[in-house]
Parts: sequence; structure tokens; C-alpha cells
Amino acid sequence: MAGAITAHLSEKASQRPKHITESPVVRIVLIGIALLFLALIVLLPLASIFVEAFKKGIEVYVASVTDPDAISALKLTLFTVIIAVPLNTVFGIAAAWAISKFQFRGKNVLITLIDLPFAVSPVISGLIYVLLFGAQGMFGPWLAEHDIKIIFALPGIVLATTFVTFPFIARELIPLMQAQGVQEEEAAASLGAKGWQIFWRVTLPNIKWGLLYGIILCNARAVGEFGAVSVVSGHIRGETNTLPLHIEILYNEYQFSASFAVASLLVLLALVTLVVKSIVEWKSSSQQEAKE
Amino acid sequence: MKGSKSRSILPGFGLSLGFTIFYLSVIVLIPLAGVFVKTAGLTWEQFWDTVTNARVLASYRISLLTALAAALINLVFGLLIAWVLVRYRFPGKKLIDSLVDLPFALPTAVAGIALTAIYAPNGWMGSLLTPLGIKVAFTPIGITIALIFIGLPFVVRTVQPVLQDLDKDVEEAAVMLGAYRWRTFRRIIMPELIPPLLTGFALAFARGIGEYGSVVFISGNMPLKTEIAPLLIMTKLEQHDYSGATAIALVMLVASFVMLLIINYLQWRSNRRVAAV
Amino acid sequence: MHIEVRGVSKNYNGHQAVANVSFSIERGKLIGLLGPSGGGKSTLLRILAGLESPDAGEIYINGKLVNNVQPQQRGIGFVFQNYALFKHMNVFDNIAFGLTIRKTDKAEIKRRVDELLDLTGLRGFEQRYPHQLSGGQRQRVAFARALAPRPELLLLDEPFAAIDAKVRKELRTWLKGLISTLGITSIFVTHDQDEAVEVADEMLIVQQGRLEQQGTPISIYTEPKTAFVAGFIGHSTVVEEPAALRGFELTKLSQGTQAIIRPEFVEVGREQEIAFPSAAAKGTVRHVFFRGAHLELDVQVGDTRVAAHRSLDQEPLQPGEEVSVLIHRLYVVSEQSAVMVENPLKVDPLPVHI
Repeated sequence: MAGAITAHLSEKASQRPKHITESPVVRIVLIGIALLFLALIVLLPLASIFVEAFKKGIEVYVASVTDPDAISALKLTLFTVIIAVPLNTVFGIAAAWAISKFQFRGKNVLITLIDLPFAVSPVISGLIYVLLFGAQGMFGPWLAEHDIKIIFALPGIVLATTFVTFPFIARELIPLMQAQGVQEEEAAASLGAKGWQIFWRVTLPNIKWGLLYGIILCNARAVGEFGAVSVVSGHIRGETNTLPLHIEILYNEYQFSASFAVASLLVLLALVTLVVKSIVEWKSSSQQEAKE
Repeated sequence: MKGSKSRSILPGFGLSLGFTIFYLSVIVLIPLAGVFVKTAGLTWEQFWDTVTNARVLASYRISLLTALAAALINLVFGLLIAWVLVRYRFPGKKLIDSLVDLPFALPTAVAGIALTAIYAPNGWMGSLLTPLGIKVAFTPIGITIALIFIGLPFVVRTVQPVLQDLDKDVEEAAVMLGAYRWRTFRRIIMPELIPPLLTGFALAFARGIGEYGSVVFISGNMPLKTEIAPLLIMTKLEQHDYSGATAIALVMLVASFVMLLIINYLQWRSNRRVAAV
Repeated sequence: MHIEVRGVSKNYNGHQAVANVSFSIERGKLIGLLGPSGGGKSTLLRILAGLESPDAGEIYINGKLVNNVQPQQRGIGFVFQNYALFKHMNVFDNIAFGLTIRKTDKAEIKRRVDELLDLTGLRGFEQRYPHQLSGGQRQRVAFARALAPRPELLLLDEPFAAIDAKVRKELRTWLKGLISTLGITSIFVTHDQDEAVEVADEMLIVQQGRLEQQGTPISIYTEPKTAFVAGFIGHSTVVEEPAALRGFELTKLSQGTQAIIRPEFVEVGREQEIAFPSAAAKGTVRHVFFRGAHLELDVQVGDTRVAAHRSLDQEPLQPGEEVSVLIHRLYVVSEQSAVMVENPLKVDPLPVHI
């Protein structure tokens, strides 16, 4: 259920003899409607963030993004990402390896279960950890006894983020590795390559672009996760606020310019994500073409 | 995936499957099961009273209706955008294509405050629409717009590859049999697009029901009017009403599982058909 | 004349796909459009269908200029290379599609589809979907679908390319029989000369967008008009210096003239087996290939290597064996023509005009 669908626009599909395309007028009208819709729904919000961010001048902007609370929110966000993304990367590779290279019963059930976090509302993703580790949760009393804090603390934020971004990399790799089959790996094994050698020298080079793409998507979502983190963080300024939560607090305190200034940082990250994604798509499609 | 034998010569099956199941259980399955355990602690009457409370029912209705409206709008415009991107040539097409993914990459809270700023009565769009008597921010229309933003890529990105792989031959065959453009679209192209459209619709709808970050700012959060179900869970939690929150969550979870099954079924069915031909 | 094409040309981004092609076809003929891949055959077919517009030239069907008639209105049936069946429709609906477009009434559609199901041997499959059919069955559906609206002209683009070699032979025979029963003018594109020779009443040889020759399979085989046709049709060896071959030194071939020799023009054997030993040269057998009904020999004569056939009934020859090689005739070719020249030594020292 992710945005994990790699679709590279091919030139071929848009070169059409006149009998199987629309008249120029219809074409222009359709393109016009599509662009207008995208401008209204996607481009306008994007532009508004930068306009709002700089409304009160560059000083306010700089002050907002260098505010100690903003810096600490940034650090917390980065820290969360550094734990959650590698965990899900290892999981994604392991799951894709098991699912694509072997036959076993219940495979489809497993794939559906991996998709589960996509189907769950972010708020519920946070809630489930509160129910487990919160003060009144199942393990709450035991954790309190041992003075371990999960909810309203860093571990809870990491857990919630990991849950929300759980399927991204697996979802990207499974179809890719299924399409590639097992022939190359079997050839390597028959030539005497051992497990990790097969993975590093045969499988990884084949999946590197898909893997990178999955990591980028996972990263973008991990940085930007709001609902789930909001439930488990407790909104303690300078301690358990991630960047998106910091934006919310500033917004609710009517510090709009500051809020948009911090938001603009995340927009830049989103734009970088899109650029890297385009490069990856371009690379992987040229790799595919070379193979065909 | 045929051709691989029951006993593969490749190593790592036990390790990779074992880790997959372990990690899946720890991060996803056991925490999710907590919801069911917690709800089991309620009596049936308590559960029923919670989930049929007027405010809760209203929140379900708002979440469902706005998600449905947004998914329907995305169905139409998502198809249009995919069509234009795949079939026509115009300057800036690559850029527009990347822009479609922005809702995936942009943090939801950022989208939320941006849309609110635009559609608030003094915002760019708000100041144009308010004189016409159209209120967007802090109404269900605002929620719907946020969900359109969030759901758009799902439809575009599921339809696009299918549209791209449609054979020109098939359309030409229809032409040679006497069909003009509209009829070819309706009778030949549309039937091929219905499975991905359904999948994209279901994905956008499922995402819309659970969406929180982009909606809370623009919705205004008025109970019975613009309060969505995920927000109500949040409110219950802030009031330390864990049972209430869990009961509402359970209903939503069951709904999303059903959606997920439908989506997987749709994808499985269309994959099978593609593989067979 | 049923179909007439005059001076048709088509350019794709500077690439001349069809270059000034003219031909005409009589009603009821089955025409094979033969040539190497990428030679413009399919483009020509698509221009006839109206799927592409020519840059220049005219196309007449039944004496009527159709250049500006849309493909939907031309009354042409088209069978696509990969059949292009409608995946979401069953066999019945696929075949009926062209009729429903024409708003034919239901009973008439049913009658016509039934007729075609019988004709194509698809009776009993009408409820199946394309993915439930074999390649040969799909081909038949595509064929029936194209025929349903009773087209004046049937165009087939590489109709057998996607079918297993075994089924292909069977389908060819079937298709030829069917088309001759129906009497519908048909043009099929192929790059396989066996297929064209076997199926077609008449062939059009197309290369690099140009029409090289039109004629019956036999006339094209025995009287190739251009170097390309002489080399393309049949199995042949190109000889760079024909004047060096025994007998042909008398033909006053100018330096640099090329010739083409077919295996059946060459007789190879021990000296006593050759009919005109005086016209034969000495050669060496290099390789012997078993070709089922006969043996194929690769023989070296001087600096030239030629292919020849030998019957299985004759005494076998071994690689390395010295043999006599008699070249009965060859095609002397130049850019625009191919002329057959008999071995002068074979027929007595009479002067031979080229």
C-alpha cells in the first residue's frame, strides 16, 4: 500500500498514430484540466509554505530554524530515523529473501501481514504501544517498577516510527526479487559461492536501486510521521518533540511564520526525496533496458 | 515464481524467515493484538455504548464520507493525470510526474498547515471562495481536500503502469473493426483500467479513513461536525479514557483489515490475469 | 484491378520506411509480402489499412481513392501479429465486436458469429477468454474477428510469427484453404520465404522500403529481377569473381561483377558421374551436412566456396575428397538487375550473349 510503485514514463507510450489518440483540442483540454488540478492540490500548498515562512522576513526565519527547541527536535528526528530505517532495511531484505527465493505455505498470508501497518491509522499505530507500555498498559506497572520509560520518551517514538514505516522496504523489494527469480543465485551456489557471498555479489547488485528507493521512501515517512509519534511522545518541549510535532506546537501557539519556517525544512527534504527518487527510477530503468 | 523446487539449494531460508516472523511479531502482531486484549477487558455493553455514542458515530460518518468523496474525486482526476502523463507529450512532463509523488514524500503535518493556510478565510483560496459563500477550512469540504491531497498518488501510480503497458495493437484492432475513439475508450481501454482503478480507489479510501496529520489542522475539530475518528481516539487518550480509545480503534482496525483483504484480493486477481495472458 | 497502389512513400524521422512503391492486386488473390525484418513490409500494410498516412502516393480500392478514408470506413480486416485480442471479452464477444459497432441486430450477429465459429473450428470455445486458449486458437479467433464484418480485403501482419513451429505448418495450410474458399483478397506479411512460397498466389518482395519484384513464387524463384531477390530467395552463394570459375572465363564478365549460385545449379561428384566432364573443374569437399532428404556439400573450387546438393542415393563423399564440380549456370548480378548465364562449356562453344 505504499507509494512503492516504480513507474518510469516511457517515450514509446506517448508516440501514437492519430487514429489511436485524441484530437489536438481534446488533448489540450485534458492536459489543461490535469495541470490545473495538480496546481491547485499539490503546487499551491507547496508554494504557500515558503511564502508563509518568509512572510515576516529572513530574520524571523533564521531565528525559527535555529531556535534551541527546533534544533533539539531536529536531533530527535534524526536519532529516530537512524534507528528505525536500518532496522526496517534489515527486515525488508530478510523478508524479501525468504519470500522470493523459497516456496513455503502461508506465503500470501505473510505478505498480507507485512502490509498491515499501511492499513492502520497512524493514531492507532501509536495507541497500540500506549496500551502495551503506557502507565495503565499491560507492561506499565512492571516498567514503572524498573524505572524504564517507553511511552512519552524516546523508545516509544522509535517504536511508533518503526511500526509506521515497517513495510516500505520489504514492499519495494519483494516484487523486484520475485521478478528476478532464483536462477542467478542458483548459478552462483552451483559455482560454490556461500550464503553471504551470494547475497553480496549476486543479489545485492541486482536490487540496489530498488533497495535505495525503498530506503528513501522509508526515510521520508520516518522523518515526517506525525499521528503515531504524536500519541506516544507526550509533547515535551526540547525532549520528546520531533520536527513535525514542533511544527504543530508552533502552529497552535499562533507562531505561524516560525511554524512554516520549520515546515520548509521538511519540504526541502521531501523535494530531495523526489529528486533522488527520479534518479533511482532513471537508473533502474536504464539498468533494466540494458538487461533486455 | 514457478520453477523453484521444494528444496532449494540456496541458503538462509531458516534465518531469513525466522527473523522476518520474529520482527513482524515484535513490532506489529503482538502490539496489535494488545488492542484486542484490551477490548476484551470491556463488557459487551461498555463496548457497544462507546462505539454507538452519538459523537463516535458522527466521527465514523465524517471519516467515511470524506474519505469516500476524496477517493471518488481522486478516481476521476487520478485517471486523467495518469492518462495525460502516459499518452501525451508536453513540456515539463517529467517534472509534473515527480510532483505527483509529493504527497507521499511531504510530512502530513506540513501538508495540513499549508492547506489550512490556503483555505482559511484570509488565505489565497479562502479569500476567493468566502465571498461566494463557500467555506472550506473547518468544514467537511476542507477535510475532503486534505484527503484528496493525500490519496492522489495512489490512484495515479496504480493506473499509470497498466496504462503504459496497454498494447497499441488492441486499440488499432478496435479501429480496424470500425470503432471510433470514444467507443474504443469505453469498450476496450476502460475494462483494462477497472482493476487498477479499483485498487487505487481502495488504497486512497483506506488511507483517507485513517489519516490524521493533514486533517487535524484544516478540520477545526468540532464534535459531531468536523471531528474525524482518529482525532476522537486522540481526545479519549488525552482524557486517559483508554478503554474508549481502544473500542473506537478496534472498529477502525477491523474496517481497515477488511479493506486490506479487498485490496490484496484485487491485486492478486489482476496479477493473475496479467500473468495468464 | 481490386487494389492499386501508386507511388507510395513514407518517412519516419528521416528514415525512408517506404520508397515510391507501386503495385496492383487482382480480386481474390492471396499475396505474400516478403522481405527482411525492418524492410518496410509492416509499414506498407499499415498504410493500406489506414493506420499510417503515406507522405506521397495514392491507394485505390475498387477504383476508389481511399487516402482520406478513415481506417474505420475502409472495410478492411486486419490480423495483428500478436493477435491483439480483447482480453476481457470471451471468444464470442471478440468475434462479434465489429458487428456490434455496426449496430447489426442481435440475431444476425449470432448467426454470423456461429458461422465463423464453425469455419474456424472454434465451436464450443465461444465462452472462453483469450488467456484460456492456445496460440493457434487465439490466431483463429483473431482471424474470425477480422472476417466477421465481411471485409473486402484482409491484411495479416506476420500471422504465424508467434506460433510454435509445429502448429505453424498446419495453420498455414488451413489458412490458405480457408482464404481460397472465401475468395477474399488477402495480403500477409512475412519474413519467412518458405511460408510465402508455400501459401501465396503471388509475392511482393520488399527491401529497404522498395518493391523489388512482384510475381508468382515460381517466377520469382526462377527469374529474379534484382540482385537482392536473387540472393534473398532460395539458398545461395555469392561469388565475388565468377570469371575465375571453369567455363565462365568465356563469358567476358567484366572485373568486379558479382554472381549468385544456387546449390541446385551445382553438380558435384566423382569424375565419371558428371554429364559434361569437360565443363567441370576440380574441387575439394570441405564439409558434408545432412539435411534430411539430401546432403549439402560445402565445396572449394579455386578460391571460391560454393554450396551444392547431393542425393542420399548417390555414393557418399567424404570431407577432403577431390571431386569434379560442374557449375551449370549462375546469376550475374548488378545493382539493379540479375541475369542468368549458362555455362558455355556445357552447351558447346557457341557465343553467349549476356
